[in-house]
Amino acid sequence: MAKKSKVVRYNKWGYIFLIPFLVVFIVFQLIPLVSTIYNSFFENYRSGLTQIGPNFVGIENYKTIITNGDLPLYFKNTMIMWILGFIPQIVLSLLLGAWFTDPSLRLKCQTFFKTVIYMPNLIMASAFAMLFFTLFADSGPINSLLIQIGVFKEAFKFMSHAGTVRGLVATMNCLMWFGNTTILLMAGMMGIDPSLFEAAQVDGATANQIFYKITLPLLRPILVYVMITSLIGGLQMFDVPQILTNGTGDPMRSSMTLIMYLNKHLFSKNFGLAGALSVYMFIITGILSMVVYKFTNSEKK
Amino acid sequence: MKRRIVSLLAIATMTATMFAGCGSTESASTETADSSTESADAAVELAEDTGKVLNIHCWNDEFQSRLKSHYKDYEEVDATHGKIGDVDVVWTITPSTDNAYQNNLDEALLAQESASADDKVDLFLVEADYALKYVDTDYAMPLKDLGITDADLADQYKYTQDIVTDSNGNLKGASWQACSAGLIYNREMAKEVLGTDDPDEVQALVSDWDKFKETSEKIVGAGYKMCSAFDTYRTYSNNVSGKWVQDGKLVMDKNIDKWIDDSKELVDAKAETTDDLWGDDWAKGKRPEGNIFCYFGPAWFFNFCLAADEEGTIANQGGWGYCVGPQSYYWGGTWICAATGTDNANLVKDIILTMTTDKDVLKEIAQQDADCVNSKTVLKELASDESGNLELLGGQNPYAQLAEGAEKIDLSNLSAYDQGCTEELEKAMKNYFLGNATKDEALDMFKKAVHEKYPDVTVD
Repeated sequence: MAKKSKVVRYNKWGYIFLIPFLVVFIVFQLIPLVSTIYNSFFENYRSGLTQIGPNFVGIENYKTIITNGDLPLYFKNTMIMWILGFIPQIVLSLLLGAWFTDPSLRLKCQTFFKTVIYMPNLIMASAFAMLFFTLFADSGPINSLLIQIGVFKEAFKFMSHAGTVRGLVATMNCLMWFGNTTILLMAGMMGIDPSLFEAAQVDGATANQIFYKITLPLLRPILVYVMITSLIGGLQMFDVPQILTNGTGDPMRSSMTLIMYLNKHLFSKNFGLAGALSVYMFIITGILSMVVYKFTNSEKK
Repeated sequence: MKRRIVSLLAIATMTATMFAGCGSTESASTETADSSTESADAAVELAEDTGKVLNIHCWNDEFQSRLKSHYKDYEEVDATHGKIGDVDVVWTITPSTDNAYQNNLDEALLAQESASADDKVDLFLVEADYALKYVDTDYAMPLKDLGITDADLADQYKYTQDIVTDSNGNLKGASWQACSAGLIYNREMAKEVLGTDDPDEVQALVSDWDKFKETSEKIVGAGYKMCSAFDTYRTYSNNVSGKWVQDGKLVMDKNIDKWIDDSKELVDAKAETTDDLWGDDWAKGKRPEGNIFCYFGPAWFFNFCLAADEEGTIANQGGWGYCVGPQSYYWGGTWICAATGTDNANLVKDIILTMTTDKDVLKEIAQQDADCVNSKTVLKELASDESGNLELLGGQNPYAQLAEGAEKIDLSNLSAYDQGCTEELEKAMKNYFLGNATKDEALDMFKKAVHEKYPDVTVD
């Protein structure tokens, strides 16, 4: 016979409230993750209407990806485009964040500007890429403008130079995300105790000194967060270069990112190779995140 | 209190997304795995039609509008439904963009056996570039099993049948179009630079690739360009001596190699552009200020691509001329295939026969829709009188040339890999033409891309 306990037990509610998250997590994250790893050990694709496999091939798919030399190349492309976009983005965001949170500047229409800088993020990346594609086409408005003011004699083919394509991708990513980063950094800056700034001012610190000696060090946790999320987002860069180069990664695949390469395997429904590539990306992302985390947190302790 | 409301809200949204997720997976599974086992093998002896639904898969409304205006029993219900007698016609229209049409059709055909009678595909349409992918499998039904004989199809052009003949020699589809193509030139520019705009005289100036190059020098000298390098690709690729893939291995034909070398030469001489087909830059040539001498295209190109209804285009002023060009070739076209397992075999047979062999229907199509139809007799009639004169060609009647071209096309070298190879070759070679890679580098990239698309094809 169970004795009725007089103690009201609340912890079952904890588990009940966790159920929705757990179910969603298992169905949409864990199962796909496990099945990706599982699939990566099989030869499994379609040639025309003929299904080939799934045949167990061990680590053959992993070997193929390593030996054909594609992975390092596309990893390099991805990182170049991410860094090109991230550096101006973080500089811009820090600057804007510092201005917006500095009470002595008394900026007017703050809400308006915050909304405006966040705007590009609301546009769909593909629409944004389409816009740039049209703007920078051989007979697009940018070219006609440059020809009219006499910079070029004939249309400059923006889409057939590695530098300009990568530059355009980086610019777009920077424009799209600096608003978001600014908001995040501002939140971090506003969380810093204002008395620290006042104390510094009383001690005669310049604005630069305050920024480097007080704001930046205290902002570190949020900076780490921004770095890691942006890095993961950068590694998964897809829509902007895909639309801008029409899926080719031209010129000579110099703007092809890892996910664009992954997408190439969709045509033949090559789940084996795509799975192996995804596992590699999982590992790379994990390692890089660890590095960033350690690197930015090491000095403190 | 407030906190509780917030957490309740959070739970509500979470569960809502959960159910949304479940809902979509459920509906997806019914589509593929609905297995009410009603195996209808009506097709073999052409037993009476048992199907109440005729499922047609296609990628645009072209065939639908043809059926609507030329198949007498067809009644439209709405954009994706119709009726023929008691049979409901259901259109599954999936655009070709990003391979979506084929992906969708693949799934439908692979599930054909287990699909319920009302869900079975009855008819599907294919384009030449990937026709063999479907024709060379058991998913497409031989026309002779439908009771369509060679005599029924005798008036069609042979090349239109070569495309849909499988490796065992079975004919598995039919088309109402004959898309022989040629060179569409700018009359005014021809008069100015070449001194004539007469189709026969212009033809003499571009009758082979050497003459084409000589003419291009004159055009460049006058400050114009011929066309895009990709315009000429199909002229070469239709005249190859072997298939793209032989014994599971990618083979570069010497005519493809010639396209690469010729195009590079012409691009370097600034006689050709490297604009992608259908792009904005490419389309500039439709207007006089685009300074482009010619396009390469078949009959559908006249109406579909030259923007004759827009003010200020060359077509609007009737400023184009048509000649066969350096080599005969074809481009595009739609073939009707019957899917194995159809439960409306008689109806399917009647649709194929009416739409592709009935001369009255074909003539109607040619006159109403300006299609170049797949009938030697009808084309001859059109060529012989004024009814074939086209305004956008300045009153020229192109049907004699179109018919002549259609006779010359030889398509025995088509393979199921053509679409992928064409796309990837054009992408890779653009890099070579623009000087971003050497020919070998570009070829390597092409081979790599083909191997990605077709992992079973070896490329070295």
